[in-house]
Amino acid sequence: MAVMTAPSRAAGVARRRTRNRNVRTFAGVALIVLWGLAPAYWMVVTAFRRVDYTFETSPWPTHVTLANFRTAFDTGLGNHFARALVNSLVVGAVTTALAMLVGVFCAYALARLQFRGKYVLLGVILASSMFPPVALVTPLFQLFTDLHWIGTYQALVIPDLSFALPLTIYILTAFFREMPWDLEEAARIDGCTQGQAFRKVILPLAAPGLFTTAILAFIAAWNEFLLSSELSSDRTQPVTVAIASFAGSQPHQEPYTAVMAAGTIVTVPLVLLVLLFQRRIVAGLTAGGVK
Amino acid sequence: MTTAVDTAPAPAAPSPAPAGGGRPRRRLLRGEGSGAPLLVLPTVVLLGIVIVYPVVRGVWMSFQKDPGLDKATGMFVQGGTAGFSNYTHWLLQQCAVASGGTTPCPSGNLGAEFWVAVGVTVFFTVASVSIELVLGMWFAMIMHRSFKGRGLLRASVLVPWAIPTAVTAKLWFFIFDYRGVANRLLGTHLLWMGDAWPARFAVVIADVWKTTPFIALLLLAGLQVIPDEVYEAAKMDGASAWQRFTRITLPLVRPALVVAVLFRTLDVLRIFDLPWILTGGGGGSGHATTTLSILVVQQIRQGFSSAAALSTITFLLIFAVAFVFVKFLGANVAGTPEEGR
Amino acid sequence: MPVTRTTAIAVAVGALLPLAACSSGGDAISPQSAGIGSRGPITYVQGKDNSNVVRPLVAKWNKAHPKEKVTFKEQSDNADQQHDDLVQHFQAKDAGYDVVGVDVIWTAEFAAKGWLQPLKGATKVDTTGLLPATVKTGTYNNTLYAAPQASDAGLLYYRKDLVKSPPTTWDELQADCKIAAAHHIGCYSGQYAKYEGLTVNVAEAISTAGGSIVGKDGSTPTVDSAAAKKGLTRLVDAYQGGEIPKQAITFQEEQGRTAFEDGQLLFMRNWPYVYGLAKTDGTSKVKSTFDIAPLPGDGNGPGASALGGHNAAISSYSKHKATARDFVQFLLSNETQKFYAEQGSLAPVRASLYDDPTLVKKLPYLPVLLTSIQNAVPRPVTPYYPAVTKAVEDNAYAAMKGEMSVDAALKAMSASIKSAASS
Repeated sequence: MAVMTAPSRAAGVARRRTRNRNVRTFAGVALIVLWGLAPAYWMVVTAFRRVDYTFETSPWPTHVTLANFRTAFDTGLGNHFARALVNSLVVGAVTTALAMLVGVFCAYALARLQFRGKYVLLGVILASSMFPPVALVTPLFQLFTDLHWIGTYQALVIPDLSFALPLTIYILTAFFREMPWDLEEAARIDGCTQGQAFRKVILPLAAPGLFTTAILAFIAAWNEFLLSSELSSDRTQPVTVAIASFAGSQPHQEPYTAVMAAGTIVTVPLVLLVLLFQRRIVAGLTAGGVK
Repeated sequence: MTTAVDTAPAPAAPSPAPAGGGRPRRRLLRGEGSGAPLLVLPTVVLLGIVIVYPVVRGVWMSFQKDPGLDKATGMFVQGGTAGFSNYTHWLLQQCAVASGGTTPCPSGNLGAEFWVAVGVTVFFTVASVSIELVLGMWFAMIMHRSFKGRGLLRASVLVPWAIPTAVTAKLWFFIFDYRGVANRLLGTHLLWMGDAWPARFAVVIADVWKTTPFIALLLLAGLQVIPDEVYEAAKMDGASAWQRFTRITLPLVRPALVVAVLFRTLDVLRIFDLPWILTGGGGGSGHATTTLSILVVQQIRQGFSSAAALSTITFLLIFAVAFVFVKFLGANVAGTPEEGR
Repeated sequence: MPVTRTTAIAVAVGALLPLAACSSGGDAISPQSAGIGSRGPITYVQGKDNSNVVRPLVAKWNKAHPKEKVTFKEQSDNADQQHDDLVQHFQAKDAGYDVVGVDVIWTAEFAAKGWLQPLKGATKVDTTGLLPATVKTGTYNNTLYAAPQASDAGLLYYRKDLVKSPPTTWDELQADCKIAAAHHIGCYSGQYAKYEGLTVNVAEAISTAGGSIVGKDGSTPTVDSAAAKKGLTRLVDAYQGGEIPKQAITFQEEQGRTAFEDGQLLFMRNWPYVYGLAKTDGTSKVKSTFDIAPLPGDGNGPGASALGGHNAAISSYSKHKATARDFVQFLLSNETQKFYAEQGSLAPVRASLYDDPTLVKKLPYLPVLLTSIQNAVPRPVTPYYPAVTKAVEDNAYAAMKGEMSVDAALKAMSASIKSAASS
């Protein structure tokens, strides 16, 4: 908004309008940043605060201590947080791997190929992602107790696949659809079989999309609570269930600071992961949603 | 729900290549399509195991009776088939009576809570989704407009989404404690998790906090597709900011909006983690925040078959809502290209 | 190609069919007759060992029985989770759980499902010398299914600096409330949040007034009676009238303890565990100004406390029931019970120990606790306990909040229990 000649009223008004808009935008940005970060910040501050000052309201880090983190990992109270972390990692990784392995081929077929029953399959996949997980609990519980699988990892991976697989396929299909045909055709013309074209041309190109999808699937599996709380034993409890049922040193007591510490431990790597790949994640999240 | 997979060979003849010009259309090269069923087979099998089988078995279970007590031995014995009685138990609030008939379910029985739970679930859905939409749209417009601090913005927006729901629930449980920071900041002494409406709003607030940023992202993507020229032209034509919003932004963002609303609605209809961890489904006289999913889990402790019936009902309800969205509101969920795009 | 494809799909679908047909049908032969005389290593399952007594005991046993070692599996601290964990393993007919710690309110439920080994015949456990009320909690259908291990009962905590002698009847307690008002503190509280603790308090009120919740068969409701009405009305009127403070409707054990230690309550109904904490907590303001008494009664003796505590039972699916039986008997032995009391401050189930002077010195509440236990009435012994407690909780809660009249609440409880028992 350059002023060319002597300042005219219109230009002044325009400048003020811009300034107002900038101020409003700045205020809006501040609001969004506060919105997203303030509660999370509160969790971290509390995690570092001494237990006696649990309900202290100062926003600055006061009464700092590392004791809560020690308490979070302390198995003397019956919490097995470290084991829960391992469980979440294993279940998340296996679920993601399986979902990707199976989903990538299906997504390719859905995006590129025509076959009878394609729309039925699409419908089923879509329907699966709209599914209430609670409907799976009772039958799976019966099945897993019959198979003596309660307290095993498969009892957690299988229900997680019920949403991880449709999610993977949904996002990957969107990614595959966006990819240009030319390279693939060129490869085919050059004599590659379909499989080779897929492996040598499509997969490398889709790598970023695959990577993003894997992250999203992993986060979804990590996040799961309902099915895990009903189908896991305390040996295979993932981190979400462990945090929800953290025991304090007194019976019937809620150990807030320790729970905040545990929450921080769980959140920080996730947030780092998400921040590192924010562009890709946003792209992945919106790939299916906006077409 | 059948696993329909084509078993006949795909058409052998490829469709002709498009004439020059115009939008390139997908072409079937020779042999393409015949490998498709093999590619989708693992998915079909896996989905069959993790979804189709449990659903079918769940429906089968819902027509069985829960074990009953044999008065003579004092032991539980397997119930037989129950017909539709599990369904009438929930939908029509009919509870069994020793003499064999039924009577309206009395208070204190889970059956009596069905319609209350439906109401609570619908309330959460309407409240959360509408607030998230409005706030999300606002955030999206702010993010669209600002050029500086994009990274910080994106980070602030992704953090609530990245935190696992269970952790979010515990965090807000702490914030809403009677002695917690919410009461201190607001200067109130609300029993956030004890009284009915504070408990409901506690759940809504936690959900809105977590998900508004996600909605904002979806809407932002929709906003970014709208070319600036359209706005410029409208401004030159003298359109006010409100008119620009309602006549340009909203219609063009509509497809993204409808999909966002659909997915969020279905998500909240299924909500479990937040109310369960925040209030245990309690509040008020004890079921102010009991959603349908929570009711199912509570019923599981008392009888599987009845729980299976309730989860089937929930499932059908959610499908009905999705159907309405897709058929009547035109939610384009399959991502198939629309005409003219 | 098409043939292979079709076959593959057919195989996949075919593989699913048996799973669909699978049902968790019961065994034709009763598992309870299996493994009775057999000995070998066993697993003892119990909720979180807050008092750190189990591991030393298990070590002691293992030293004396090297071929029949006990492995201790510790569950979480949450009663619901313990319950669900046991249910999962029993439904799976898991032989990995041999001796299980069961809360007193689960015994009937588990026994009726055939999961617990009756403690008679070859697996008979000797219960002489144990407090009769505690033995009753392990009995279902006139058969002993679980042996009591540790007990618990409600005590009345009171401020001895404000009240010279503790009230022995509810009317006396209400009369003392003016003292509370004069000092601007709450008069009385128990546990009134909508959870199991509410059932405990309501059951106590009803039993003290001479009523009951279910009959001897465990499924016929008897709660719609004049005596029950008297009991529940006491609680409701006290809450509505302000003698029970408004926020007590959210109190579980800990919140009440905090309020009492803060000097905010004149009287409190709580479990014995509070005694040690109130005396030693850094933040306790009542360290030297409180004492305990049995719960106030109806004019003819102390009030009826509910019985807490837990029992030890043998799983029907255990493979080494002889060892399991011996281990249960070991838990009941005089030394173990004394160890529970000395080391863990747990109320023993052996009557004689309540007179032991060294124990009384360590746990000054023992004599009062004995009176409480001797006058205790167990919560409803019914295999439908989850439904019964929900019926009581929901309706009592509504009555206390004034959303339902006491009559309507009792009628609804009765109807709820009836329909739970006939489904």
